[in-house]
Amino acid sequence: MEKIVIIGNGISGVTVARHIRKNSDKEILIISGETEHFFSRTALMYVFMGHMRYRDIKPYEDYFWKKNRIDLKFDLVEFVDTDSKSLTMKRGNNINYDKLILAVGSKSNKFGWPGQDLKGAQGLYSYQDLQLLEENVKDAKHAVIVGGGLIGIEFAEMMLSRGIGVTLLEIGDKFWGNILPDEEELMLRKYIESHHVSLKLGTVLDELISDENGRVKAIKTKTGEVIECQIVGLTPGVSPNIDFLKSSNIETEKGIKINKYFETNIKDVYAIGDCAQFDEGVNGRKNLEQVWYTGRIMGETLAQTICGNQLAYNPGPWFNSAKFFDVEYQTYGWVFANRRDFEDHYYWQHPSKPIAMHFVWNKRTDEFMGINTFGVRLRHELFDKWLIDKVSIDVIMSNLRTANFDPEFFKVYEKDIIHGFNIQTDKKIKLKPKSWWLNLLNKGA
Amino acid sequence: MKILQKLGLVVSIIGIILFTVTIFSSSYELNKSAIISHFDSDLDNIDSGDTIANSFMSAVETYTSLNSKDFHNVYTFNNALPKIIEIHNATISNLLEAEGISNKNVATIFELANGTEGVQYSEEIIRAGVQNNEVKVKLLLDNTSWMFSGQKVYANFTEFESVFNRKLPDLNSNVGSVYKLHSDGATLFHLNKSFAVSGVKSNTGLWFFLTFGLVIIGALMYNSANIKLLGPAGIKNDGIYHSSLTKRGWVAWIVLVYLVSIYLFLYFAPQYLANVVLLVDPISVLLSGNPAGQWFLYGFIYCVAMFLMAVRMYVKYRHNRYQVIRTTVVLFFQIAFAFIIPEILVRFNMPYYDFKNAWPLDYDFFFEWNLNDLLSSGSMGLFMLFWGTILTLIIVPVMVYFYGKRWYCSWVCGCGGLAETLGDPYRQNSNKSMKAWKFERWIIHGVLVFAIVMTVMTLYTFFTGANSVLWIDTYSIQRTYGLLIGSIFSGVIGTGFYPIFGNRTWCRFGCPLAAYLGLVQRFKSRFRITTNGGQCISCGNCSTYCEQGIDVRAYAQKGQNIVRSSCVGCGVCAAVCPRGVLKLENGPEANRFGNEGPIVLGNDGFEVVK
Repeated sequence: MEKIVIIGNGISGVTVARHIRKNSDKEILIISGETEHFFSRTALMYVFMGHMRYRDIKPYEDYFWKKNRIDLKFDLVEFVDTDSKSLTMKRGNNINYDKLILAVGSKSNKFGWPGQDLKGAQGLYSYQDLQLLEENVKDAKHAVIVGGGLIGIEFAEMMLSRGIGVTLLEIGDKFWGNILPDEEELMLRKYIESHHVSLKLGTVLDELISDENGRVKAIKTKTGEVIECQIVGLTPGVSPNIDFLKSSNIETEKGIKINKYFETNIKDVYAIGDCAQFDEGVNGRKNLEQVWYTGRIMGETLAQTICGNQLAYNPGPWFNSAKFFDVEYQTYGWVFANRRDFEDHYYWQHPSKPIAMHFVWNKRTDEFMGINTFGVRLRHELFDKWLIDKVSIDVIMSNLRTANFDPEFFKVYEKDIIHGFNIQTDKKIKLKPKSWWLNLLNKGA
Repeated sequence: MKILQKLGLVVSIIGIILFTVTIFSSSYELNKSAIISHFDSDLDNIDSGDTIANSFMSAVETYTSLNSKDFHNVYTFNNALPKIIEIHNATISNLLEAEGISNKNVATIFELANGTEGVQYSEEIIRAGVQNNEVKVKLLLDNTSWMFSGQKVYANFTEFESVFNRKLPDLNSNVGSVYKLHSDGATLFHLNKSFAVSGVKSNTGLWFFLTFGLVIIGALMYNSANIKLLGPAGIKNDGIYHSSLTKRGWVAWIVLVYLVSIYLFLYFAPQYLANVVLLVDPISVLLSGNPAGQWFLYGFIYCVAMFLMAVRMYVKYRHNRYQVIRTTVVLFFQIAFAFIIPEILVRFNMPYYDFKNAWPLDYDFFFEWNLNDLLSSGSMGLFMLFWGTILTLIIVPVMVYFYGKRWYCSWVCGCGGLAETLGDPYRQNSNKSMKAWKFERWIIHGVLVFAIVMTVMTLYTFFTGANSVLWIDTYSIQRTYGLLIGSIFSGVIGTGFYPIFGNRTWCRFGCPLAAYLGLVQRFKSRFRITTNGGQCISCGNCSTYCEQGIDVRAYAQKGQNIVRSSCVGCGVCAAVCPRGVLKLENGPEANRFGNEGPIVLGNDGFEVVK
C-alpha cells in the first residue's frame, strides 16, 4: 500500500488525510511537532479566556485516528531528503514516504526589532504560544500589540479578559487596512476604541526596552513615544513556516512553490494550506492564502488527486469571517479596501449599534460582486449560489429577508437597508417577503 | 459597581445561611394545649380526636418519665417522636385487642386460611381467627363474606392477603386503627410543624425577609451590577473554566451537596424541614387556603430560584432576543401553571393540577387514586382527564412536528425551565463523548418503556380490579418507579447534580416524555438547526455549551444540519458560535439533514469519484 506522509496536523493536513482515507486504503501518517492531536487553532483564544479547555478545542475524539487508521507521530522534522524520500526526525528514527504532503502552516512575523526576543514578547499562533502567554500574563498590567489585524484584535480581547490594558500599534492609517473599506473601518475603529483599547494608527514600533531581568518593560515608537508594558504581542501577520526546508531540494520563495495541482518542483511532494504559494493566484485570489477555509478546501482537493482523480484547486466564490470583540463579520464575494472604478458601492450602518452592510456591484452590468456584513448573519449557501450565477444586485436586495441567518426574533433592518439603497441608486427595489431559502436555491433566483 | 456586586453576593449568601439556620433553629414543646390543638379538631364532641390526643399525651408522659425531657432541637425531637408514637400505638393496640380486628387476629386468620389446597376463607376460619368474639365475628361477616373462598377465586395466597389487608382499615375504622399513628414522613412532618416553637413561627414576616428577602435582594443587586461589570452586550463566557463554581471545583461540590441534601430531606425526611416550611405558610394560605406542606415550600423555592436566575439570563443574554423571550415564557409557565393555578384550584375544591405536565412525565396521571379523584370532581375533573389525555396523544406530537421538541423542553416544561435558568452556569458540564451518547439512548428509551409498561399495568388493574399483571404486582411497580425515577433520578440526581453532571441530566438520560418527544422530532418534524454552509471553524464552542451533550461541532464542521432527538432547542449553541454558523429554524421537511457531504460548501463542487 502506498504510504502518504503528511507533515502538519492542522486543518489542511487533517482534511487531506481524512479524505484520502474516505477514498482509499493507503497508509497515512500525520507528523506534527506542535501537538499530539489536531486542534482548532482559531479556538486558542477561547482556551485562554476560559470559555473552553484545550481538550474541548480538539475537533475529533482521540479514538478517531486509530478508528480511521490514520497514524499520528508527535515529533519534529529536521530535514527532508527528497532523493531518498526520507525525513530526518529530531527524536525518532528516519521516516520514509511514497508521497509527501507539506501542510506545515505559518509562523508569526518578526521584523528584526531590537529586543524582540525579550521575555514577555511573543507572537500568537501555536499551542506553545498559548502556554507561553499564560506565563507572561502573570503580574502584567499593560500590553502593547503590534499589528492591527485579526490576530491583533484577538490578542487584545484576550488581554482585556484578564484586566490587562491594551495599546494597539498599527503601521497603516487604518485598522486592518488591507481588507476593510473606509466606511466599515471607521465604524470598527470607534467600536474597538470604545472597548478601552488605545488604537494608535500610523505608528511604527522602534524597539522593545528591557528591565534588569531581561523582561520587556516598555516599547518605543519611531516617533520616540515610550509606552510602558509587560507584554508585547507581535502580531504583524504570519509567513509560511518553511525554514526547515531551506536545506532541501524543494523550491521555496515566500512559501513552498506549487502549481494548481499542489505539486512542488519535486515529484511526489505536495504542499497545501498556509505554507503553500501558487505560481499564480487561482480564481482571482492571491497566491498565498492563510485562511482556515482555504486550507480545508485545498485538503479536500489534493486528496482527490492523491487517490487518482486529478483535480486542480478550484475554490468557489470567496468567503471569510471573523469576530471583533462582539461584532461578527462575514464576507461573500469581493469587497476590496480600495474601490475599483467599475464598482458601485452601497454602505448601510445602524445609527447607534455596530451593525453594517457593504454591497458591491458592477456599475455597468449590475452584477453583484460582494458583500461585507457586520452584526447580521447571512446565508452562505444563498450568496454562494448568487455569486456563481452572477445575479444582479437587485436580486440580492430584494431577497435580503430570506438571506438573513440571524436567530428567530432578532431585530431586522432590511426595510431600512433597502430604503437607503433605493435612494442612492434611484431604483425601486421591493423587499420580497421572507421565503423558505431552499426554494430560492433550487428554483434559481 | 464592584462594591454593589460584592455586596449583593454577601447579602444573598447571608440569606442562604439564615435559611439553612432555620432548619435547626426551632425548639419543641409537647404540652397539653399543643397536643389537643394538633389532634382534636372538634373540641365540642367526643370523637376519635379526643382518644388520640389523650393517648398521645400519656405516651409523652411515659416517654419523658423514662428519658430525658430534652427534645428541644429538631434532631432530638425527631429521635424521640418515633418512640413516643410507638408507645402511643401500643396503647391503642390494647384497645384494638378488645374491640377491633387486631394484628393477632389477622395473623391467626392468615395462618388458618393458607391451606395446602389453596386459600381457605369461610365463617369457620373467621370464628377460629377471632376466638369466637361475637362482635368481631359479626364485623367480619358483614364486611368480608364476599371474600369467602367459595365465592372468590384467588390466584395465590398473596392475593388474598393483599385484598384482606386493603379491607382491614374499613373494618377497623370505627374501632381503633384510625387512632394509630404512622411514623411516616408526612405524619412526623405535621407533628413537627405543630409543635415547633421558633422565631419563624412567631415572627414569620421577619424571618421570611431574612431568608428569601435577603437572597432575592442580594441576587438582584449582584445581577444589576453585572450589567455594567460584564461589559457590553455579547457572549459572556469569560472565566468559566477558571472558576471553581463552574469547572467542577470545590465550590461546585458544595453546591451539589447542598442541593442533594435538600432533595433527600424533601423526599425522605420532610419532618426536618418543618420549621422552614413555616416560612411560607402565609403564602400558601393566601393561595389555597391551606397551610403549606414541604412540596409547597419546594414549589416556592423553585419559582424564586427560576426568577432570580432568569434575571441573570436577561443580563447575560440581553443581546439575544431568542434567549430573552424564551426565558420569559418558560418562567411564566412555571409560576402560573405549575405553582399558582394548582393552588387556586385547590382553593375551589378542585383537584391540584398542572395543566402543562404531560404523561409520561406526569407518571401518576393514570394511577388509580388520580383517576378516581378526577372522576369524582365534577366537570372540571373530567376536563382535566380529557385535557391530560389529548395533551399527550395529540397536542404534544403535533407541536413537535411544527416546532421541534423545544416547544416543550425549553419553553414550557418546569424541569427545563429550572435547567435553563438555575442550570445556565453548568451547560458545559454535559459529557459530549460518543460513549455518553450511546449510554443515553439506552437509558432514556429504557425509562420510556418502563413508564409505558407501568401505565399499561396500572390501567389494566384499574379496569379489571386485578392487582397484578403476569405475577408482577402493579402497586409495587408504581412504587419502584416513583422512588427510582420520580424521586431519585428526576429530583436528587436530576437537579442535585447540576454542578457536576450538567444541567440536563434528567432531561437527557431519564425523562420518558423527552424520549417520546425526541422520537417525533427525529423522524417527523420541521425543526432543525441549520448549518451555514462552510463557515464553521471547528472552534468547539457549540459542543462545549450544548447542555444535552450533543457534539454539535461534528455536524457543523461537515456542513450538516443538526437533527437529534435530544436537542431541546435552547439556542445557546447558536448564541455562542463566534461565526454565526448555526440557526434554529422550522421549515419544510425536504433536505432537513442538510449537506450529505463529504465536501463542505466553498469548494466549487466536484464529483467525488470513488
